[in-house]
Amino acid sequence: MKRLRVNPIDCDGRGVCAELLPELVRIDEWGYPLLSEAPVPGELTHHARRAVAACPRLALRLVPAD
Amino acid sequence: MSAPPRGTTTRLPPATPRLLAAAGGAAADPGLAVHLGRYGPPPTGLDAESLAAVLQEAGLTGRGGAGFPTHRKLRAVAAARTRPVVVGNAAESEPASAKDRVLLTRSPHLVLDGLNLIAQALGARDAYLYVHPDAVEPARRALAERAAGRMDRLRVELVTAPARFLAGQESALAARISGGPAKPFFTPPRVHERGVRGRPTLVQNVETLAHVALLARYGPAWFRAAGTPDEPGTMLATVSGAVAVPGVVELPIGTSVRAALAAAGGPTGRLGAVLVGGYHGAWLPPGAVDLALANAALTGYGATLGAGVVVALPAGVCGVVETARVLRYLAEQAAGQCGPCLSGLPLIARAAALLAQPTRHQDVRAHLDRWAALVERRGACHHPDGTVRFLRSSLTVFAAEIAQHERGWCVAPGGAAAVLPTPPAPSGPDSWR
Repeated sequence: MKRLRVNPIDCDGRGVCAELLPELVRIDEWGYPLLSEAPVPGELTHHARRAVAACPRLALRLVPAD
Repeated sequence: MSAPPRGTTTRLPPATPRLLAAAGGAAADPGLAVHLGRYGPPPTGLDAESLAAVLQEAGLTGRGGAGFPTHRKLRAVAAARTRPVVVGNAAESEPASAKDRVLLTRSPHLVLDGLNLIAQALGARDAYLYVHPDAVEPARRALAERAAGRMDRLRVELVTAPARFLAGQESALAARISGGPAKPFFTPPRVHERGVRGRPTLVQNVETLAHVALLARYGPAWFRAAGTPDEPGTMLATVSGAVAVPGVVELPIGTSVRAALAAAGGPTGRLGAVLVGGYHGAWLPPGAVDLALANAALTGYGATLGAGVVVALPAGVCGVVETARVLRYLAEQAAGQCGPCLSGLPLIARAAALLAQPTRHQDVRAHLDRWAALVERRGACHHPDGTVRFLRSSLTVFAAEIAQHERGWCVAPGGAAAVLPTPPAPSGPDSWR
């Protein structure tokens, strides 16, 4: 099982992740992503991988959920 | 295994004070000859597992603020497949702390003995002393003495830490020693896997190193003769604020706050509150003065020993005003790398400044609570988390003062002189080096 993690140094709040994965990513009042900390459900894994690939800063990643 | 390791001196171990044992206090000689006369030569031939076993039995935890069990850090780096690097951390970025500088000035050879013991155990050939600007000279002198006596095989490089709050953070330290600015990096991998120039790096606060130097000589049973069963040993505390003789004192862990203040000459008047740990620490109300300075007791107030900072706030100074000033300092000291921290800390500081004024506050408190929740755990380092811990403890301990401000009244309406130091950040393009 995987969960979402963002490198906050690389992230600059473009918001592509929230557009592609609104079920798991919200944007805070400053434009930065608030990620669900729960494991990514199976049916959203494909969308999560697309969001990771689409991040213009490569800041988003999928990591083992522990 | 309670007996001292093989190769250690059989001389009578010192009673407290342990780290600042020089009789005659600040005027005593920190030199190598006196050090060897008092303690004998450091033990040799301790491999990583032997040293780790001693540290584990002794229950030594880091004295830099995080309080992590030292044996675990040592074992983690010992497990690395490439040759590790060892760093003694004396950045002392907490403005209210002076213990690391005092230790390097009065007992530098305990620190260097510890650094060598650990480096030998790990097979490290490169070590660094990362040092606050004020302690560079005593450190350099001590290193020169050992070089002249051909005492160590280890190469120790002295690196000056920038005078910034985050400089002592372990990844910022690794970044700086690697040649870049002292800014934290994103983890994992942690520095024990990939730190200075990509190598496994063991970072130890210099006080921890000094404890290792004594522990290796006198053994775990001696170490445990002071402190509590769960938190053994002594610690250095910087006691300041409204006390008669502010300074660095060595205390068994578990000493009460009252006794710590007494060791610094006692409070100069009625206490308003006591800050414990540092600027990522927490306030204690005056009624908690009999609380033990041990993490087990402090946790009930959201506090930890942290960097051993104990500041007595007198009753005539407004804790909300002090807190607001420190929060502005913490916002200024951020590395500015992470959006939530960069956005949120200045807003938190400004909101706290509004609460510090004796006037109606409207929705300030609601915004403050929301922003605090938004910055927590969303940075590459724990700067936002520590800032929020400090903020929340002040909202609890100074709740009555905040309510008084709403009604237009403050205990110190003209503003008293500042108690908590908030030095300005160095400016210029090289200010992070």
